[in-house]
Amino acid sequence: MSTVADNTLRTADGVPLKTSLRRATARRRIRTFLLVVPILAFLMITFVFPVIDMLFRSVDNQIVSSVLPRTTLAIQSWDPGSEELPPEFVYEALVLDIQESFKDKTLGRAGRRLNYEKSGVMSLFRKSGRRAKRITETPFKDQVIAIDQRWADLATWQLIYQESSSVTESYFLSAVDLRVDYKGEISWKAEERRIYLFLFYRTLWMSALITIFCLLLGYPIAFLLATLPPRHSNLLLILVLLPFWTSLLVRTTAWIALLQSEGVLNDLMVFLGIISEDGRLQMIHNKIGTFVAMTHILLPFMILPLYSVMKTIPSSYMRAARSLGASPFTGFVKVYMPNTVPGIGAGCILVFILSIGYYITPALVGGRTGTFISNIIALHISETLNWGLAAALGVILLALVLLLYFLYDRIVGVANMKLG
Amino acid sequence: MPPPLHATHSERAWYYTFRTLCVLIFIFLVGPIFVIIPLSFNELPYFTFTPEMLAFDPAGYSTKWYQEFFTEDSWQRAVQNSFLIAVFATLISTFLGTLAALGLSRPEMPFRKTIMALLISPMIVPLIISAAGMYFFYARIGLASTHVGVILAHAALGIPFVIITVTATLVGFDHSLTRAAASLGSSPTRTFFVVIVPLILPGVISGALLAFITSFDEVVVVLFVGSVEQRTIPWKMFSGIREEIRPTILAVATLLVVVSIILLTMVELLRRRSERLRGIRS
Repeated sequence: MSTVADNTLRTADGVPLKTSLRRATARRRIRTFLLVVPILAFLMITFVFPVIDMLFRSVDNQIVSSVLPRTTLAIQSWDPGSEELPPEFVYEALVLDIQESFKDKTLGRAGRRLNYEKSGVMSLFRKSGRRAKRITETPFKDQVIAIDQRWADLATWQLIYQESSSVTESYFLSAVDLRVDYKGEISWKAEERRIYLFLFYRTLWMSALITIFCLLLGYPIAFLLATLPPRHSNLLLILVLLPFWTSLLVRTTAWIALLQSEGVLNDLMVFLGIISEDGRLQMIHNKIGTFVAMTHILLPFMILPLYSVMKTIPSSYMRAARSLGASPFTGFVKVYMPNTVPGIGAGCILVFILSIGYYITPALVGGRTGTFISNIIALHISETLNWGLAAALGVILLALVLLLYFLYDRIVGVANMKLG
Repeated sequence: MPPPLHATHSERAWYYTFRTLCVLIFIFLVGPIFVIIPLSFNELPYFTFTPEMLAFDPAGYSTKWYQEFFTEDSWQRAVQNSFLIAVFATLISTFLGTLAALGLSRPEMPFRKTIMALLISPMIVPLIISAAGMYFFYARIGLASTHVGVILAHAALGIPFVIITVTATLVGFDHSLTRAAASLGSSPTRTFFVVIVPLILPGVISGALLAFITSFDEVVVVLFVGSVEQRTIPWKMFSGIREEIRPTILAVATLLVVVSIILLTMVELLRRRSERLRGIRS
């Protein structure tokens, strides 16, 4: 080590020691970071990017403008608020667009897209696609209207005008049962078409109730495991871990076998004379099925965090409370329970997060009344093909989950999560 | 364990009530899993106990659902697919996850909490959202309906489990051991294989087994990303329950319970070994 006139410590090659240390730390930090680069890159490509990309479908609205490029451009010069139909050249653009897209077989996509907003547009497009071939010269307007009277309906044009922009808020509005008209005014959907808010509400209250059931059943078990000597508790812990390790479908199948009207529980109750042969209880394909099966499936996620917190509470606390004159009940409520609050928080948030996103179990045992928002998202992706609406519902669900995840991270810390 | 001798009457009463309650909850937890085992030997295609079964009449029992499982081609292909996909997905997530966990356990790791939260997110994001995203994106890059696509998707889903398990093992890791090895002249690579690997191996294997079971049981992503060619056991079970429900599903479920018992036992043994290695006494 060499010292010079300014009295700073320097390394053998004359660099100030502080600088050298800073460089070394920076190098170490970079080297450490390199260890997580592969996994971050992998997760970005296989998971994060696909999810974000899907979510953008909720505002993406390029179908109409890409299938009907001329029409959507021409219609911009028309005032949708006026009581007049668009001018001749808009009809001409429409004919050209329809002829071209009918040949490319893309017309149906635009028809389906507009049909989400106004039913009947799909059939109007199909019909026009077949007949527009014959239109080659002016007057386009009259000939188009001759195909179908709806082309003389202001509402049809207002809809095309409204959906001609490449970004839309209509999926999000749909996802919360609202609609928007060409003037940009937002209003509630017709009473019988409002389903999503109700489904969100059902998902939330059923998940809350499932969380409470899990807490009520999980707390005694965690307490028992934490207070028994390790030899016994390790054995019982396996009984908690076994369901955790058992396939979700196996557990769901088991509940179907138990709960269905010709199933084990109903048979048992008939045998015991609790219910009559025709009084068999409907316990599956409804809310009861979802409650029971989901509580069973998520219970280990409640017990494990509770147990890991309870394990750290010294038994001397309760003895101290007793020696100071507390009854066992008072001691438990005033001393033991407050110490388990972090575990209760961790378990409840985890169970609630997992519950609101559940798909498989409600789909198999929930019937019509016990399904969650995930089920309707799946329906829109694979059956109605309304991907924009599915994405919008997904964004709302994901926002809820991420909010809770953030809360979980604040309360417990993601790094402290344990699985058995 | 009986209640202590000095317990009062009410304490005794409470003690037995509490124990009974716990027994009932344990029955709720594991009962359903064990009920399906005898049901899978049903002679008739019902999901309940027949009078013959209850009378322990051998004629009421049969192994024909197992025969169906072992002889039917589509089930056998599902078994192959399940193992193929789960093994490769496990290898990827275990390799990447262990590497990352080693980094995350070091104090000098930048953005530690953010990275951790990101790596756990596949477990938190609702499966239907992950599956839908992968479905659209993989279709665009030509990975939809391929084994590779499903393997990559399952590897992503398995990562949180590897990260959680391996970082938990590394919490008790004594970093002075690596410094000791270095001071004795060992190169970082050699230190890694001779000192670090044997200590964290039980945790890594536990994480790998969790990643394996995650992929082996997964159904939502396979349904969306895969096609008939990638049909796995859970896929067959899911469509079986939805369409025509046969006791073959119960036979498969029983076999899967056996698989989970084996895996769980392995993990328990590994956990004890790991605790012994790290000097933790329970």
